[in-house]
Amino acid sequence: MLRDFFSKKKRYASIPRQEAKKDVPEGLMQKCPNCQKIFYRKELNRNMNVCPHCDHHHRLNAYERLEHIFDEGTFEEWDKHMISSNPLGFPDYEEKLEKDRLKSDLNEAVVTGRVQLNGLDTAVAIMDARFRMGSMGSVVGEKITNAIEKARKEKIPFIIFTASGGARMQEGVLSLMQMGKTSVALQRLHAEGGLFISVMTHPTTGGVSASFASLGDYNFAEPGALIGFAGRRIIEQTIREKLPDDFQTAEFLLEHGQLDRVLHRHELKKTLGMVLEIHHSGGEKT
Amino acid sequence: MKHILEFEKPVIELREKIAELRRMTENSEMDLSEEIITLEKRLEKLEVDVYDRMQPWDRVQMARHPERPTTLDYIEYIFSDFLELHGDRLYGDDAALVAGIAKFQGTPVTVIGHQRGKDTKENIRRNFGMPHPEGYRKALRLMKQADKFNRPIITFIDTKGAYPGKAAEERGQSEAIARNLMEMAGFNVPIICVVIGEGGSGGALGLGIGDRIYMLENSTYSVISPEGASSILWKDAGLAQQAAESMKITSYDLKELNVIDEVIPEVRGGAHRDVEYQASEIEKVIASSLKELSSMENSQLLEERFNKYKSIGDYAFLDL
Repeated sequence: MLRDFFSKKKRYASIPRQEAKKDVPEGLMQKCPNCQKIFYRKELNRNMNVCPHCDHHHRLNAYERLEHIFDEGTFEEWDKHMISSNPLGFPDYEEKLEKDRLKSDLNEAVVTGRVQLNGLDTAVAIMDARFRMGSMGSVVGEKITNAIEKARKEKIPFIIFTASGGARMQEGVLSLMQMGKTSVALQRLHAEGGLFISVMTHPTTGGVSASFASLGDYNFAEPGALIGFAGRRIIEQTIREKLPDDFQTAEFLLEHGQLDRVLHRHELKKTLGMVLEIHHSGGEKT
Repeated sequence: MKHILEFEKPVIELREKIAELRRMTENSEMDLSEEIITLEKRLEKLEVDVYDRMQPWDRVQMARHPERPTTLDYIEYIFSDFLELHGDRLYGDDAALVAGIAKFQGTPVTVIGHQRGKDTKENIRRNFGMPHPEGYRKALRLMKQADKFNRPIITFIDTKGAYPGKAAEERGQSEAIARNLMEMAGFNVPIICVVIGEGGSGGALGLGIGDRIYMLENSTYSVISPEGASSILWKDAGLAQQAAESMKITSYDLKELNVIDEVIPEVRGGAHRDVEYQASEIEKVIASSLKELSSMENSQLLEERFNKYKSIGDYAFLDL
């Protein structure tokens, strides 16, 4: 009897009380999909969402990125209240938008505005993959175009962080034309000697990759980011062969001459600061 | 008619029946003139029913018709002295995209277009009209040349899309298309784009930034093929017909969405029924828009081009 009492064998599973459950906040721990290690989410956040064990770059949302890279308290947001309509009357589109608005606390898949980096003014656009996979519809195209135009008029640089699955299908050809709209605006910025820096983050594919993301005076990318025009599955089906694991990664693009540099997230602020500073010191068109 | 589309079968069958009755009458087997007249009236009505009320999916089929005229077919009728030029000077020559210099009603122009094949052998050579980066870079090289020598640019759009292949990605398919979008925005010459068949996504847009965008009546222009859309959105490629409707991809849809300037009407039953006539209709449209655009100052041309794209799209503001 007494022996049974000291036995290590557990006979019953312990079920935590409802109140005890509440003490453990949702998502306290996180598992890295790359190295499978488990760690505190706080630890990850402190490390700019880069895995402390394997350097895997986890997603960073738009406002987190702003906070990590730019000068505190200098952000002034533009077009914050612009939202998507349903121009094609596409089935279920409005419900999906509403769901993502609640889930992400964003009004659309890009945040734009004016901000400072080491005291230098710049226009910025940060895409957020939590909203409709960062896909580009009319609002994303319009907000980015407005930011480019403001950069041109105010003679400040334009920096974009891309994160997008491509054009948004529910807005059909209007989404496709946003590639044109943003590129036409970039041409005007370019013609006036404006600086444009593109930082591609995971993922940057389809119509976003085939428009502004690839058009920077400097094209940078975060390690391991998926960057490409067509989807892996489509390509494998088309050419009937298996693609290498590193296909369409930032490193793959660097090797094929499509990027200036792959930048670790910890180096981003420093490198962007250097580029802005070099441009600020001269060489601008007069 | 070698290729008959599903929706036009009743017309073709009736037409064949009339022909047969006529043969019988001519061979004086019996006099069927009265029946022929009745049937011809019915045929006329049927043609109107079938061709004037084409559903989006019917137009998709028509845009993909194997006998549909291609860029080179139209070039032959619309331009004189066409001299095809090859290569991007960087990697190779892409047969999925043809380009060259020519005269349009006496005016020197640069002509560029996607090029499908007419049969399997040619389709393989031309990669079914789906360009690699070198195709877009050849186009860019020749558009820069056009800009230098002040020649208007005319592009014909007819592609399922830019080729989704391994080599295409390695050589920067995204960058090649993106570069064209940006550069086309800045050329100081008029650019006129005509969608003649399928306008497939970024691969179409890579030749599609211009001052005037036209679509043949039975062509399509879309962000993704109906098959692709239905398999992604509804996980079922079989719903392509429904996707064709939801996605708004016909010429009339695009006119309504303010994406294109004008729909160029087609010969009843499709452009392939009378290529020469269809070409003359395209020529008329190019002539009038060239006249209009050529009189503009460069700055006005670029300003209007910017405004044209800036105005595309639809959005709202959150009620606060």
